[in-house]
Amino acid sequence: MPQPSSWFSSPADAATRLAEAGYLADPTTATTAYLAGALEKPLLVEGPAGVGKTELAKAVAKVTNAELVRLQCYEGLDEARALYEWNYKKQLLRIQSSQGSDQEWSATHDDIFTDEFLLTRPLLTAIRREEPTVLLIDEVDKTDVEVEGLLLEVLSDFQVTIPELGTVSAVRRPFVVLTSNATRELSEAVKRRCLYLHLDYPDAEREREIVTSQVPDLEERVAVRLVETITRLRELELKKAPSIAESVDWARTLVALEIGELDDKAIADTLGVVLKHASDQTKAVKELRLRS
Amino acid sequence: MSGLVDRHISFLEALRAAGLSVSLAEDLDAIAALQALPWDDRSVVQAGYAATLVKKQTQRPTFDALFDVYFPRMVGDGVAGQRDDDDPADGGVRDNAEALAAFRDELADALAEGDQQAMLEMAAEMIARFGAMPGRGPGLSSWSAYTAMQRVAPSELVDKIVQALMAEGRLDDEARREAGRRMGGFTAMVEADARRRIAEEKGPEHVANVAIKPSIDRLDFTAARRSDLEQMRREIYPLARRLATRLTQEHHARRRGPLDFRRTVRASMSTGGVPLTTHHKPKRPHRTELVVLCDVSGSVANFAQFTLLLVYALRDQFEKVRAFTFIDHVHEVTEHFVPGADPADVLTELAAATSHAALWGRTNYGRALVKFEENHADALGPKSSLLILGDARSNYSDLHLDVLKRLAGSARHAWWLNPEHRRHWDTGDSAATKYGEVVPMVECRNLTQLGEFVHDIL
Repeated sequence: MPQPSSWFSSPADAATRLAEAGYLADPTTATTAYLAGALEKPLLVEGPAGVGKTELAKAVAKVTNAELVRLQCYEGLDEARALYEWNYKKQLLRIQSSQGSDQEWSATHDDIFTDEFLLTRPLLTAIRREEPTVLLIDEVDKTDVEVEGLLLEVLSDFQVTIPELGTVSAVRRPFVVLTSNATRELSEAVKRRCLYLHLDYPDAEREREIVTSQVPDLEERVAVRLVETITRLRELELKKAPSIAESVDWARTLVALEIGELDDKAIADTLGVVLKHASDQTKAVKELRLRS
Repeated sequence: MSGLVDRHISFLEALRAAGLSVSLAEDLDAIAALQALPWDDRSVVQAGYAATLVKKQTQRPTFDALFDVYFPRMVGDGVAGQRDDDDPADGGVRDNAEALAAFRDELADALAEGDQQAMLEMAAEMIARFGAMPGRGPGLSSWSAYTAMQRVAPSELVDKIVQALMAEGRLDDEARREAGRRMGGFTAMVEADARRRIAEEKGPEHVANVAIKPSIDRLDFTAARRSDLEQMRREIYPLARRLATRLTQEHHARRRGPLDFRRTVRASMSTGGVPLTTHHKPKRPHRTELVVLCDVSGSVANFAQFTLLLVYALRDQFEKVRAFTFIDHVHEVTEHFVPGADPADVLTELAAATSHAALWGRTNYGRALVKFEENHADALGPKSSLLILGDARSNYSDLHLDVLKRLAGSARHAWWLNPEHRRHWDTGDSAATKYGEVVPMVECRNLTQLGEFVHDIL
């Protein structure tokens, strides 16, 4: 029943190959990544900041030898930045240079709306590439609602309509990853076209593996204690719970400071690496009974 | 194959009935996903379904519960049950005091080790042995997680587990937390296994209709259990953040104010006097002062607390917020809401302050309104909005509609949020319609409705 896919051959294959790239995926993530490749559907990844949403796209690109095309979303992103734009200045030059000759207007018109004058932006670039491509649309929730409408055609049919050139269809469907911090609900239309994956903080075992694989110099004993403390911190109701990226940062800090024992004093001294709000730090100190 | 399709369709129907919006396109995606996936691992199939059907994380628990019912982990007692029957020593006696004691020892060991697989098997065995409610005929027997939990009483084992964990070198409170977490996990497993067996007996549709709880953002405030309340409290700040983002974006979209003539003309100099781009004055955001008056009597206290927390999480959207609580007397609680305070602490302080809001302890809206007008009439002015929270159940006392009319008249806007379902309004001592004629009354039963309302008034 399983069909071979050009991206991953099975969920297990996805897990092992992602692990080779240094991305330790849990079974759900691996299965969903495999499905996104097999069904050729975009993958919407949601979750708190710093759990490896963007890293997933990078890892997929790395293990499949595909190029990563990235569209960073922000408020005010428009068609000209996301899809394509006509190179207006070059067109102007072209018109000026043809003014001396007796070329017809219609010929000039045909001339200036060609590939030569087209500036492709990430979405169009990804669709026109013939080599394997991973298209990362980062932080979709930051854009305005109108941009979602723009994405619909790209996400469902992998094509872009340019009035002057016609419809450009994908030669080879890219592996599309959309990430979102869930600061706002995406529209049903976008969600319907995507596979959905919620990435959350990993369990203690996996987190320890991630930390030790990222920071190999860290002693095993310290890693265990570090992960325990992070898990405990996440249970507190903090303004911003520490993410995986922050636990890795913490591990690096400990290695750099050559702290071989993560005792209460060491935790209290380096807490600033993981907690970035003053109120969170006071609360953590109180709850963990540091400096008691 | 046809049986599989039927099961798939009825699973989707159940998801829709539970409030997940599953479209036909997603249905087809799920089928395509199943074709691409190997079927030898249940969790892979579950992940495939989840990726194609569930597009909101808050709906995930509902999905998981329904998946367990429609695609059960095993049938009957599974392999473990068959092994039991072959064992002559154990086969005869399934439930007596001795068996119970032996089972509890075994359970304590499994919980102390934290072996998930062993715990799953124990949960299944526990329901089979201690939770069976035999019926008179086929299809009439049932299983009860409650009975099983009462008989075995695993919560009494917590101390044992804590000791086992501390023997491993864990600290006291850490071990206690871990034990609590494992106990919670085990309870959930037992409940899931009872659901699975009932589904097997009576068909999954039966269980889907009665035993699946709505997701946390659709759960009624008045029907929430203690653990639900904690989860809801954790949802408040993310909800406030989402609302704030949405509001900022919407305000930006409407940011353009009236034309700034001076700047437009000045900018037009560079284009030879032709105003290619116009400049606008920034729009002054309008911020209201909010006065919240909330009923904190037992039946609606939770609702009032959540609304107060949400309002305070969004306080930078308001000029000023003042909060009053009442039962039959009015008490100001504004000072409990300091910026950056821990929501758990605030709730404790609020609960402590409740005693100031009651003289006799019987809800009396009329008296509360009169007292409010006497003592705090200065809170309301032409710039302020009045928000009243409560179920409008006033124990058949004088409603003092004229006072409410005066209060509403002196404020810029007035709303009333009622945590009861609209169909319960005006039943018993509820004066919902009478108050609703003076102040527009809105039904607000869960976090989703609360979020929508707060968004609309801003």
